[in-house]
Amino acid sequence: MPEYHLLPAAASVSAIQYDYLWWYEVAVAVIMTALIFAAVFYFALRYRRRSETEIPKQIEGSRLLEITWSVVPFLVMLTFFFWGAALYFRSQNPPPDAMNVYVVGKQWMWKVQYPNGVREINELHVPVGRAVKLTIASEDVIHSFFVPAFRLKRDAIPGRYNTMWFTATKPGRYHFFCAEYCGTEHSGMIGWVTVMEPKDFQNWLVSGGAEGSMASQGQKLFQQYGCSTCHLFDEQGRCPNLKGMYGSRVLLSDGRTVVADEAYIRESILDPNAKIVAGFSRDIMPTFQGVLNEEQVLELTEYIKSLAETHNGIFSDVQTGPTAGGGRGGSIANAGQGSLDTRGTSMTNEPPRPEANAQGQDATQPPAALPTSAAPGGKK
Amino acid sequence: MSTETTERTPINYLNATTGWKSWLFTTDHKRIAVLYLISITVFFILGGIFASLMRLELTTPQGDMFSSDTYNKLFTMHGVVMIFFFLIPSIPATLGNFLIPMMVGARDLAFPKINLLSWYIYIIGGLFALGAILAGGVDTGWTFYTPYSTTYSNAYVMPAVVGVFIAGFSSILTGLNFIVTVHKMRAPGMTWGRLPLFVWGMYATSLIQVLGTPVIAITLALVGLERVFHVGIFDPAIGGDPILFQHMFWFYSHPAVYIMILPGMGVISEVVGCFSRKRPFGYSFIAGSSLGIAILGFLVWGHHMFVTGESMYASMVFSFLSFAVAVPSAIKVFNWTATMYKGSVAFNTPMLYAFGFIGLFTIGGLTGLMLATLAVDVHVTRTYFVVAHFHYVMVGGMVMAYLGGLHFWWPKITGRMYPEVWARIAAAITFIGFNLTFGPQFILGYMGMVRRYHAYAPEFQPLNVLSSAGASILAVGYAIPFVYFLWSLTKGEKAPANPWGAKGLEWETASPPPTFNFDHTPVVNEPAYAYAKDEEVEVV
Repeated sequence: MPEYHLLPAAASVSAIQYDYLWWYEVAVAVIMTALIFAAVFYFALRYRRRSETEIPKQIEGSRLLEITWSVVPFLVMLTFFFWGAALYFRSQNPPPDAMNVYVVGKQWMWKVQYPNGVREINELHVPVGRAVKLTIASEDVIHSFFVPAFRLKRDAIPGRYNTMWFTATKPGRYHFFCAEYCGTEHSGMIGWVTVMEPKDFQNWLVSGGAEGSMASQGQKLFQQYGCSTCHLFDEQGRCPNLKGMYGSRVLLSDGRTVVADEAYIRESILDPNAKIVAGFSRDIMPTFQGVLNEEQVLELTEYIKSLAETHNGIFSDVQTGPTAGGGRGGSIANAGQGSLDTRGTSMTNEPPRPEANAQGQDATQPPAALPTSAAPGGKK
Repeated sequence: MSTETTERTPINYLNATTGWKSWLFTTDHKRIAVLYLISITVFFILGGIFASLMRLELTTPQGDMFSSDTYNKLFTMHGVVMIFFFLIPSIPATLGNFLIPMMVGARDLAFPKINLLSWYIYIIGGLFALGAILAGGVDTGWTFYTPYSTTYSNAYVMPAVVGVFIAGFSSILTGLNFIVTVHKMRAPGMTWGRLPLFVWGMYATSLIQVLGTPVIAITLALVGLERVFHVGIFDPAIGGDPILFQHMFWFYSHPAVYIMILPGMGVISEVVGCFSRKRPFGYSFIAGSSLGIAILGFLVWGHHMFVTGESMYASMVFSFLSFAVAVPSAIKVFNWTATMYKGSVAFNTPMLYAFGFIGLFTIGGLTGLMLATLAVDVHVTRTYFVVAHFHYVMVGGMVMAYLGGLHFWWPKITGRMYPEVWARIAAAITFIGFNLTFGPQFILGYMGMVRRYHAYAPEFQPLNVLSSAGASILAVGYAIPFVYFLWSLTKGEKAPANPWGAKGLEWETASPPPTFNFDHTPVVNEPAYAYAKDEEVEVV
């Protein structure tokens, strides 16, 4: 017999903030509904027809009343607007030290991958108290990643990246759903978020049996698909030097400047002629549309990001080295730990990598000390 | 049909000519309205059957009655049929067609043949939709989101898309006909300030139909191009943009909800005025707010896309404008309520439906404000909260208004009275059944139950059972009027010209009216809703 609750769990900072606004709006709606109902009932009964011949005195209207009941509700609505917009604004801007996780929707499953290479299907593990940023993509149709306990959802749209971020506050297991209709098994495209204590999360992540970090997988692809023959790490290549490129402003041949973010990298891989860097020619690079799947594109992106880390150090991810995290061996106290087997499901054709804990840096560059690893307890 | 009880000539639009040809080739706006009434009733029953099957499946969390594909087709066809073939033509094509010429004092619409053409176009579109259903159904959702609809769906998308495309032209022609009629066919003395509020509502609706519908036609044509000829427009795998589809789709489909609700608001303004025996409070504000809704309604489509990754600043603008469009709707609700103040309120069936409309539309509108709030929308969009909100406005609002209007003008249309007691019982059952069906869905949505789910988590079951139970009550509430309306056609009491003591030119001619509506062109020399003499009007 399942338990029945009328209220969903609130397990993130945004969920708690959200609920204040929610209940404020519910209260206003209930009061307004009650007032309208009361007025309708009162007028209907008080002024009910008492004789078939009565003709009431006609009233034209009242400009003052019309203005009042336009302006006052609108002012109340403005409180809805500003409060809602402020929370939304925050939900759109992840903190720079957020931990990255990649989520790819596919008919009809959610594939999750961590920068260190750990993979899951229909499961997402996150630490409590630490900002987590999901980069959400789709392999086929539009999906939507929805975690009711976090009061958040974001569409997974083919051809572009969306992001969503949250800070979980309560360990436990929470449902996530696909919220955009995506075909036959739409209602089966669901899974669980497991929120864990930071040290448990670290243990889980380290013992995850990763086949090499996403960046190192990306490095492999970089070699395998011949990217490295043109993208040299100096200025001699036929294509731009990618070292330090991520996060920087790039001058294009048409005079525009763009920030080299994940979306830009993705577009440059799949549609190389869309934005040509100043000083380089069109039609040198072939498109990888249909050649690489979304996860491989993400791995390449992660590799290219890693090339920038030594330069500005702002893109850091959960590390799996022994120095990361705060101690080992904590008991995994959370419910629902029976799901780790899904990690073994490889989603690429790559054979297992021996360098499971490689940081994925370019060989010419020693791994830099990364500023933020998963800090136990996080910060508020 | 004997009409010796009426003072006028016994010849009316129903018995003037006979035979099926006299109906299928008629250019009389009243007969065309009846043709529409019969056709949309067929589609309403069809859409209702789909809805019933869905509610039956949802009584258990497991998807055990139908396969997932079948369920997906059920909700898609429910949406397509109800929106494009019932709600959009409902009041405009039936009551609007029947009443607008009479209300402005004309003998027919400006283009009677185009009016008949629009019915045939509607029927052809409807046949395509029926074809899609009979062939095996569509599974894209009524929103036809790409790239699912263009690349991935294996169902009969094209016949459905073609059907909706064709039906759109019927909507455009009806709107065009109404606009020209209101501009050019008004009787002497029928100034803009004397137009009934129903005509104002229909005029605003027609503007949206004419300006908005071409956009959905273009959008669906592009869907066809991509699906059949693989021209990359929406599918990113061939160079398209799936979000472009959503912008184009909602640019029409948001204003389209005002196509569905504005005529209902017009009906309520008439009914509340008549059964309060009062000129509607704030006539010019009710009339103006219809136009305000029509204009602002075109500027809010982006509020369907807050979680798609549309620009944060665009979302803020759309959120703000969505609050702005709520103001004219609120003005109407307050004015209807104020109309009853110091009135002479009678509880006839149309008024009961009007009460239902005001209450349910208020709830639908206020939950709409919650959805317009950016952060709140992120959680409840795509859940049953949206389903409940939409049905409170469209079924609680529009269908209530449609039924209220149908009862109100039934004596005029058929020349017969419906049975008042049964009708009041049905109105009450409808109200209770409706709230039981859709009220629990607000809570389900907030709990996180996603819409369009064939199977769901077990914790959502109790409220779903309640909702399905409510749906069966609602079905009874709809079945009773269906039966007594048919019964009244032969057995109902003969209706006098003006059974309600209402004001308006349509009540000054016989029930049912003669083919050309009026024996002499009416001359209007008093304001609308002149229940009392001019000098007695109080200005607060």
